[in-house]
Amino acid sequence: MEEAKEHSKHAHGYGIYVLVWLALVTLTGLTAAVAGINFGKLSIVVAIIIAVIKSYLVLTEFMHLKTEQRTFKAFIFVALFFIIISLALLFSDYSFYVR
Amino acid sequence: MASETLTLHNNGHEVSYLDYQGKHKGLLGWLLSTDHKRIGILYMIGVLSFFAVGVTLGFLIRLELLTPQGTIVGPQAYNEFFTVHGIIMIFIVVIPVIPAVFGNFFLPIMLGAKDVAFPRINLLTWYLYIIGGVLILLSLVLPGGAADTGWTFYVPYSVRTGTNMIFTLTAVFIIGFSSILTGLNFLTTIHRMRAPGMDWFKMPLFAWSLYATSWIQVIVTPIVGITLLMVIVERVFHVGIFDPTLGGDPLLFQHMFWMYSHPAVYIIIVPAMGVISEIIPVFSQRTIFGYKFIAYSSLGIAVFGSLVWAHHMFATGMSDTAEFVFSLLTFLVAIPSAIKVFNWTATLYKGSIKLEAPMLYALAFIFLFSIGGLTGIIQGALNVDLYLTDTYFIVGHIHYVVFGGTGFGLFAALHYWLPKMFGRMYNKKVAKVAFWIVFIGFNVLYFPFFILGWMGMPRRSYHYLPQFQLYHVIATVGSWILVLGLLIMMVNLLVSLIKGKKITENNIWGGETLEWKVSTPPTVENFEEIPEVFDGPYEYKQNEYASMEEEVK
Repeated sequence: MEEAKEHSKHAHGYGIYVLVWLALVTLTGLTAAVAGINFGKLSIVVAIIIAVIKSYLVLTEFMHLKTEQRTFKAFIFVALFFIIISLALLFSDYSFYVR
Repeated sequence: MASETLTLHNNGHEVSYLDYQGKHKGLLGWLLSTDHKRIGILYMIGVLSFFAVGVTLGFLIRLELLTPQGTIVGPQAYNEFFTVHGIIMIFIVVIPVIPAVFGNFFLPIMLGAKDVAFPRINLLTWYLYIIGGVLILLSLVLPGGAADTGWTFYVPYSVRTGTNMIFTLTAVFIIGFSSILTGLNFLTTIHRMRAPGMDWFKMPLFAWSLYATSWIQVIVTPIVGITLLMVIVERVFHVGIFDPTLGGDPLLFQHMFWMYSHPAVYIIIVPAMGVISEIIPVFSQRTIFGYKFIAYSSLGIAVFGSLVWAHHMFATGMSDTAEFVFSLLTFLVAIPSAIKVFNWTATLYKGSIKLEAPMLYALAFIFLFSIGGLTGIIQGALNVDLYLTDTYFIVGHIHYVVFGGTGFGLFAALHYWLPKMFGRMYNKKVAKVAFWIVFIGFNVLYFPFFILGWMGMPRRSYHYLPQFQLYHVIATVGSWILVLGLLIMMVNLLVSLIKGKKITENNIWGGETLEWKVSTPPTVENFEEIPEVFDGPYEYKQNEYASMEEEVK
């Protein structure tokens, strides 16, 4: 029951959603803007950092993960962990390409 | 409300799900039913129909390869045959078959629940599945011809071929959604709907295998979905993603395709392993050996199996570092698989083994899966793989794992659970005869593939050198034996549904899991009262005490 109460606590207004939406739009604009600057090898890192911030906002606010139970957080963590390992393995190929 | 039948008044208790008449009657009562058991049967009808199409195409492929030059069809038709055979068998038959048919039917009952967590989504998955399947069948008959890329859709060819690729890719994309939603449904059901007292380690091993499988389905299926969409985008809008002439990278496609499609092998095989873990203890009347190890090995397979995808790409010019890493991981995945095989055989030790049809198929599974698994290890070695890549060896390997594994797991499950589902028993003698014909046909068909591969016969080839013909002829004869066996088996099972001996007892085979405690066939609500669980799922202590006493004497 406590969980149910906790769940109803986050009935904050729509304001936060609008803010997050604005942040997402701004960050998308930023991604497009930075794409024009040549950071060399770092450009992919910059793009990924912005994408991570956006995902974080979507997960915590839009998907209510901030106020959910631990099980759900664990589920997301497993999926994220898998993606990170997969990307690491993928780059075990791409980082060592001899072209 | 006067139209409500008696069955509604008692809320589905004591009425078989087959006889139940709810809001909708007749065919609609099935097509709109959210009962997990009816959806399981719907899936069974769908999967077995597509299986028949896949077998027919396989049969025609073998017939074509009887002679080194063209035998019955031209090269283009041949390419389409092996492509659609692969797509149907992989995406529409073996990936969904055990979770969607037997998982749907038995998972809630085994957990002591009345249904899955999201019954309506469950029905939606079936519709998505059927839409995808029909699209693939349509691609066969529409102008342009069916996809001819092989079931792997490798770019750049899949971007350039003039066949109905978009149809096929969309179909696989839609079926992917069906798979994800089924996985999500099972995960939630297992987490939330276990009966009181059923902690994680009192759960049947079939449920454990579905749990591991569902995780893979949920996590990796989106990858193939987005990849296939990108191929469509590339075809339609000429955006350079994978095609090198447009500035894309074809190896990226292979990485992303196998990131799903290798774990998919485990979506295919792990539920079948769950079936075997159910059947072996029941037909040897022994407590399963190493319950926790089998349960954890399912998770181990899910984790490691998801990280070995690039062993399909050893010959593509990947970096040496990646080749080393993926070869190592490939060897590691053999460990949890071997744990299962050893535990099953250890369970047989000193059991009172009953060689009924389900047990015969289960034992054949262990034998054939071991051959399939070990030939996989051979190809995990980098140097050997360079020699064996794209030969018949790999075709033999995949058929031993997927057909010898999941196919035989499916047949085992059919013979084990069908009497429970319909309350009628098949002819046991015919079932055993069919088993032997299928088993012999299978090996005569697929074992020569290993020899052919070792001799250098390339896969997917329409013509071949005359020195390969002997083995091709043997394999084709094998396909005739196999199809004969399959026909006998299926006719036996179908006839049993109409004319088979009626069964009323709950526990047909002497199993200890919950599905053997509900009536045959199960009632609409499965349980009148949700059961409380005190023991593990495979307690055959009486039998074991007897054998211990005998030893003391």
